[in-house]
Parts: sequence; structure tokens; C-alpha cells
Amino acid sequence: MNWTLALPEIVLAGSGLAILLAGVIPKKDHSFAISLAVLGALLLAAVLVLAQKEGTAFGGQYVADSFSGYMKLLCILGAAMGLVLAMDFFEREGLARFELPVLILFATVGMMVMISANDLMSLYMGLELLSLPLYVRAAIDRDNSRASEAGLKYFVLGALASGLLLYGASLVYGFAGTTNFDRLADALSAREGVSSGVIVGIVFIIAALAFKISAVPFHMWTPDVYEGAPTPITAFFASAPKIAAVALLTRVLTGPFGDVASQWQQVILLASLGSMVLGALAAIGQRNIKRLMAYSSIGHIGFALMGLAVGGESGLRGVLVYMAIYLFMTTGAFAVLIAMRRDGRAVEGIDDLAGLGRTDPAMALAMAVFMFSMAGVPPLAGFFSKLYVLLPAIEGGYYFLALVGVLSSIISAYYYLRVIKVMYFDPGLPAFDPRPASLSVVLAGTGLFTAFFFVFPAPLLAAARQAVASILG
Amino acid sequence: MNAAGFPLLSLLTFLPLAGALIIMMVRGDEAVVASNARWTALWTSLIVFALSLVLWVQFDVSVAGFQFQEQAEWMPDLGIGYHLGVDGISVLFVLLSTLLTPICILASWESVQTRVREYMIAFLVLETMMIGMFASLDFMLFYIFFEGVLIPMFLIIGVWGGVRRVYAAYKFFLYTFAGSVLMLLAIIVLWSSAGTTDIPQLLTRQIDPAWQPWLFFAFFASFAVKVPMWPVHTWLPDAHVEAPTAGSVILAGVLLKMGGYGFLRFSLPMLPEASAQFAPLIFTLSVVAVIYTSLVALAQTDMKKLIAYASVAHMGIVTIGIFTANVQGIEGALFQMLSHGVVSGALFLCVGVLYDREHTREIARYGGVAKVIPAYALVLMLFTMASVALPGTAGFPGEFLVILGAWAVNPWVAVGAATGMVLGAAYMLLLYRRVAFGKITRDSLRGLADLSPREHAIFAPLIILTLWMGIYPSSFTQFFQASVAQLVAQHQTAVGVARLAGIAP
Repeated sequence: MNWTLALPEIVLAGSGLAILLAGVIPKKDHSFAISLAVLGALLLAAVLVLAQKEGTAFGGQYVADSFSGYMKLLCILGAAMGLVLAMDFFEREGLARFELPVLILFATVGMMVMISANDLMSLYMGLELLSLPLYVRAAIDRDNSRASEAGLKYFVLGALASGLLLYGASLVYGFAGTTNFDRLADALSAREGVSSGVIVGIVFIIAALAFKISAVPFHMWTPDVYEGAPTPITAFFASAPKIAAVALLTRVLTGPFGDVASQWQQVILLASLGSMVLGALAAIGQRNIKRLMAYSSIGHIGFALMGLAVGGESGLRGVLVYMAIYLFMTTGAFAVLIAMRRDGRAVEGIDDLAGLGRTDPAMALAMAVFMFSMAGVPPLAGFFSKLYVLLPAIEGGYYFLALVGVLSSIISAYYYLRVIKVMYFDPGLPAFDPRPASLSVVLAGTGLFTAFFFVFPAPLLAAARQAVASILG
Repeated sequence: MNAAGFPLLSLLTFLPLAGALIIMMVRGDEAVVASNARWTALWTSLIVFALSLVLWVQFDVSVAGFQFQEQAEWMPDLGIGYHLGVDGISVLFVLLSTLLTPICILASWESVQTRVREYMIAFLVLETMMIGMFASLDFMLFYIFFEGVLIPMFLIIGVWGGVRRVYAAYKFFLYTFAGSVLMLLAIIVLWSSAGTTDIPQLLTRQIDPAWQPWLFFAFFASFAVKVPMWPVHTWLPDAHVEAPTAGSVILAGVLLKMGGYGFLRFSLPMLPEASAQFAPLIFTLSVVAVIYTSLVALAQTDMKKLIAYASVAHMGIVTIGIFTANVQGIEGALFQMLSHGVVSGALFLCVGVLYDREHTREIARYGGVAKVIPAYALVLMLFTMASVALPGTAGFPGEFLVILGAWAVNPWVAVGAATGMVLGAAYMLLLYRRVAFGKITRDSLRGLADLSPREHAIFAPLIILTLWMGIYPSSFTQFFQASVAQLVAQHQTAVGVARLAGIAP
């Protein structure tokens, strides 16, 4: 059996076990060293992903192609940045535990399995492997009632989503007779008309995955969990797992269910419309910046789903590029949020940013870049991400969708501008505590990417196109 | 290769950005950083201006097409490229931008004392965006520069503005952004039908007449806000009043021209049938703008607000000229945009001079300043006269040509535009009388200092230009004659074909 194909996952999981073991033995805390070890393991996994050959393994359960390579690299990058963001924070909060980085590592393994899943069974396995560490991470600050509430809420709704997924998968299996994606594709394309049982199953699967990417109408948990969980953990929630879930949704819908696109397209269309509109409107009244970011991420997912709903090569490429740019913008913005500490305590109000333009011009500039970028103002990266999904939408004749998209981006510009207004126009508050070097590194990297993406957009576009070509076959 | 022998337009576009990066690098004491930022910004913008004079010298006025073209691959698989170039319509706007930026930087030399570094960075970024916008020959590139202007301008109004600066900055941003994203959709529609966003290629394509009205209104949403046309002009007085002096100068001098330029570059040549069809609508809105905002200007008590409303009226004349679609009208509109860029910019600077000394823009707080500061009063008079289009000043040739052009299309429109001129004389002279003549109402006015050497240096080029444009307009009109003639000829053919085919009325 060709198990070496899955070497990145295997190595990562193995090193996770080893690091866990190394964490248990010594008496005193050494979470910093553990973090570094996890970073090294992630780096190793990234190299292995780059070197990975294409093909299927484990009886068709696992597939490696350029789509999985692209998405895995994004997820590993997201996880690594999430880890770097968290390193210093928990030290200061007195929550430093060696399990935290290891949990990120296992979540990453889960994401990679999800992305490479070529069977409903391995899909479910990957999703659960991702979700369980996330539940624990959300509730890590267990003496804090808000964090426990967030963890519990996330767990209950996540479990519900898993149930929906399993129910949908069993319906599909029952009516189509297989769980393997390739055989599902054959079964659904060969038969005259698809039985409604399969359609119901697909809708259940979509609903479960919509939970994970927090698309409307399955978004309700997002603001509460984002607000309740410690900020670096929220940062992680908002980045890598969403990318993995979008990747999974893309693969499932275009691969095995690609021939019944007419059936699921309206569902995605409605989710996209709803997410864009809700993301724009609901964020206006928020005072907590993490809640603001939650609604903002819902809006962004709506935009990404626009590309999926439109489909085709250019639509899917739009999704892939969107998620890459989203990863950088979101991680960068969260780096600023994590740096928001005054007198040793984390602050989360939008108004707490007041006067940042004076007290910390570099960070304010970075945040302004992220906010303008999320609003979709050229020449920043966020504009291009929106452009690449609007292009196929118009080309495919989805004028209404595109119009709603741009109108919602006008509305959302209002609240992104508010952050900039608070930073630059409002009278200042005292400076934040000095930020650790790790945050500065992430800020600089993501900020430069967001600001100067327009200079060299071609490589990312080419990578995304290649990735799309591999799943559309 | 272009006439200059080196990528002149790219250099003009990105040199200010390089200056901004240098300013960003400066470290040290606040006073040192501030003075460093000022000098770097001034020298950068002066070098850019000097370079841009190459355009003036080497531009071949007999050619109607694009010159100084530069092309590079950018997003080849999407048909979006990096393409710069100027023709007669855009070349003078590039020069206007490069001229006004150093003047603005000089004008902010003393009045801006807080966050000087950020201010200068914002202005240099703004210059990049302005030049890039007028020079781009790719629609997506154009859009990026067109929208990119919002970021520095939002910050300039919001950080260094007056009391209601937050409101004004928001209003400016959201109005313009809302208009622009609709244009983005129109650009994408054009792209998806043509497979490219290259402007010279798009200009040669016929666009399905059934689509033209939709595209026209999408463009209209963006450009009408930018111009601004009545009734979407309300952001302008707020933005002008709250912006710092130099911000107002750039806003009036260059940013408003983006709308007029957009109509001329895109709406008229790409959508000829729709332009012909909706010209009456534009005429109506413009005449309303001219008369209504002139009346509003009469009632203003704030100098900047008065000039802002006057700007709306003057830009109304521009839109009339553009949609007459004949040679006189379009040449007049172009000339009017250039002269308005110089004159209204200068008027805002004049207000700035008084504001720097007295910290108020209330007309009622002034009176008799001519006795105290005669040199200033003379300068103000010259620009007031230019604003009311006195023959011999920059304001006259443009308005005259537009009225000529409008008369050929519809005499009533010409009458409306001419009414605007009469009202313009009323409010501007009233302003001048109340500020410069009469009794010296307040004691503090007696101690006013006349123009400083720095202010002389600011006004000198504008005075020379105002007189030059008024006395010998041909040295400017020769630049755009060939391009306008070609534009009009193409437009008339296109509309003629459509009429024959019975598509357009």
C-alpha cells in the first residue's frame, strides 16, 4: 500500500506524539521550547507537502493533488502564525501550558486530513480531529466564565454539526451505495436523475460544513465564541480551520457532487447572499472588536462562497485566492488585537484603539492597511480578492449576486473605517504595553503582503489556477 | 518605446511613492523628522514636476492617439496589464497634478504642525495616485488609482481637518466609494465581454446598445459623485470646509477633475449611444447645479463653503461642455477644468492665508483687509476675477467655449450656463467686497501681516498661469485639439450609425 503518500500527516502526527511525551516528563514549565518544536514540526510538514507526489492512497481514502498542496500550505502557514501569535500571550495571562501548541499541531493534522479526504469517512475523521482540539482550546481559560461558555457553545453546536454531517453522509451512502468520492461521482453522473435521498444528504453535509465556516444561517455561534475565547485562540479559529473547511466544501461539492451542481448551487448562493448581507449589517453596532471581526469574517466567507456558487474554473480560483488573502488580512488584524494590552490586561473595545496613530504609528499603519484591505479599497490585497470572485460572478451572469456583494462592501466599509477613525482621529488613550517581537514579525509579514500584493499577483494566481485544474480534472 | 526614451510616466507615478518611503524611514527627534519630511516631500514633488515638464516639451500635439506608452505584463491570464500613456486629453491633467502638489506642500509648510511626517507621506501617496490615474491606459489600473485616492484623502481630511472632520471624512469616503464600486461592476462587465481591460482596445469596440444605458449609469454613479453633480454634490462643501487648506486645493484642483476626465475618457467614447440618449438628463442636472449652487453660494457665510459651492457650479459648466459632444463644448470643458484647477486651488490658498492669520473663515469677521495687506488683496482680486470669467483671465475661454458649444445643441442650456456666469459674478464680487473693502471691522485685522516670501512663491506660478491661460489660451488648447477632434468625429460616426440603424433616437 502506498502509505508514504501521506507522509506529511504521518510525520506531523508522529512528532505531535513525541512532543506530547516530551512535554509530560519534565517538571517545570517549558512551553516556549514546546512551541518551537511544534513550529519545527509544522515547517517539516510544509516541506513534505511541497515534495509530495500526486496520487491516491489508503484504498482511495486519501488523495494528494495540487489542490491539497495549495490548501495544506495555507493551513500550515495559518497554524504557524496562530502559534506565533499565541506564544507570548499565554505567558502573560499565566495560562502557559505545553498542551496548547500541541493542540494546534493536532488540529493541523486534522485539517490536512480533511483537505486530502477522498471519502466521506476520512472527511469525518479529519473534521473531528480538527474540532476536538479546538473545543479544548476555546475553553482553555477554564476559570473565566466567558471562555467556558464559549467552549461549551462551540462544543455543543460543533457536535450538532458533526451529527448533521454523519446523517447526511449516511443518507448519501444509503442512496448512492458508496462513500468514496470518485465512485460517488461516477454513480451520480451515470444514473438518470439523482434520487432525492442523495440531495437531502448533500444538503445535510453542506449544513454541517456551513457551521464550520460560519456561513449564514449557521453563523450564530461565531460572535459569542470569538468574543469569549482568548484572543490568540480566536485568531486561530478565524484563519486556518476556515480555510480547511472551505477547501473541504470546495472539494466535496465540485468533486463527487459536481454533477448535481444545479441542486446545491442555490443553497450556496443563498448562504453567500445571507453571509455578505449579515456580515455587513450586523457588524455596524458592535463595540467589541472581536465581535466585529466575527461578523467581518462572516461577510468574507459570503464573498468566498460567491466564487463557489458561481463555480467553474475562474470561480473556484477566486475562492482559493480569496482564502489566501483572507488568511493574511485576518491574521494580521488579530495580531493587532492581541497586542491590545494595557497595564497587563487585555482590552477588547474598539474605542480602546483610540490614539494608536500617535502612540504606535507602525501598528496603526498596519491595522489601517488591514482595515482598508478588508473594506476592499485598492490597491490593497483585499480589493483583488473581491475582484477575483466578482469577475466570474459577472461573467457567469450572476449580476444580482455581484451587486449585493459590492453593496455589502460599501456598508462594511463604514465599520472598517470606524476602526481607522478611532485610531487616527479620536483623542488618544495611553499607549498599549510594549508588544512582543513575535507579534511584530507576524504584523510585518502580513502587512507587507497585504499592502504590496498588487505588485506580484501572478504567482498566487498561477498556483490557484493549477490547484483548481487538479480538482476539476 | 516612448518619445522620452525612458519610462517617464512610470517614473512620474512612482517617484512620489519613493519619496514617501524615504520619509517613512526617517527616525529621530520630532522636530528633525518634521523638517526632514517637509524638505523631502518638497524636493520629491519638485523633481517630479521638473520631470513632468518633459511631457510639456516633447508631447507631439499633432498626434491624436496615445503617446509615451509603456506596457508590461501584470495579470496576463486575466487580460489585465500594466499600461500607461497620455493623449491630449490627459496630458495636461498630469501636469496640473505635478504642479499643484509642490504648491500644496509649500502651503502646508507652517499651517501643519502635528504629525508632519504622516501628512507629507499622505500627500506624496496622493500624488502617485493622481498621476497614475490620469496616465493609466488599463481600466483596472485606472480603477485602482481612482479608488486609491480615497485612502490618503480620507486621512488628510480626518486627521488634519477642522471641527467636523470625522463627519466630512466619512461622507467623502462613503459617497465616493459607493459610486466607484458600481463602476467596478461596469468595468467587469466590459472586461467579460472584451476579455481585456486595455483602454485603447476597449475604445475601438462597439458595445451592445442594449447594455449601454446600464453601463452608462454605473459610470455615471461614480463620475457624477466625483465631479460632483447635483444632487450628489453634498459631500463636497463638507469635505472642503473641514479639509486643511492643501487638502481643499487638491480636492478642487485635481480630484474633481477625475469625474470630468472619466466622462470624457470612458462614457462619451465607449458608450456613444447612451451618452447621446442621456445628454438631456446631464444638461438638466448641470443647469440645475449651475443655478442652484450659485444661489446657495450667495447665501454662504463661510468663505470655503462659498468657494466649494462655486466649484460645483463651475463643474456643472464642465459637464454641460462634455455632453454637447461638439468640438467647442469639449475643448471648453477641458479648458474649464484646467482653469478651475488653477483658479479654485488658488482661491482656497487665499482663504488659507487669511485663516492662518486669523483662524476663522467667517466672511463677517473680515472687512477692509485691502488697506492692511494690499499685495494679498491684489492676488485675491485676480483670482476672483478669474473665477467670474473675466476676459483675459483663465476662467473666460473655457466658459465661453462651453456656452458656444451648448448654443449649437440647445440654446436653453446655453442660457442656463450663462445665468451661472452672472450669478458667479454676484457671489464672488460680494465675497471680495465684504472681505477686502469697507471699514476695518476688527482691531486684530490691523495687525495682519502681508504675504510672506513663501506665500509669494506659492502664488507666483498660479498668477502667471492664470494670466497666461487667459491671454494666450492656444498654448494650452493646442495640446488637446487633435485628440478632441478625433473623439468628436468618432462619437458622431457612432451616433450616426446608431441613428441610421434606428437604435438610438
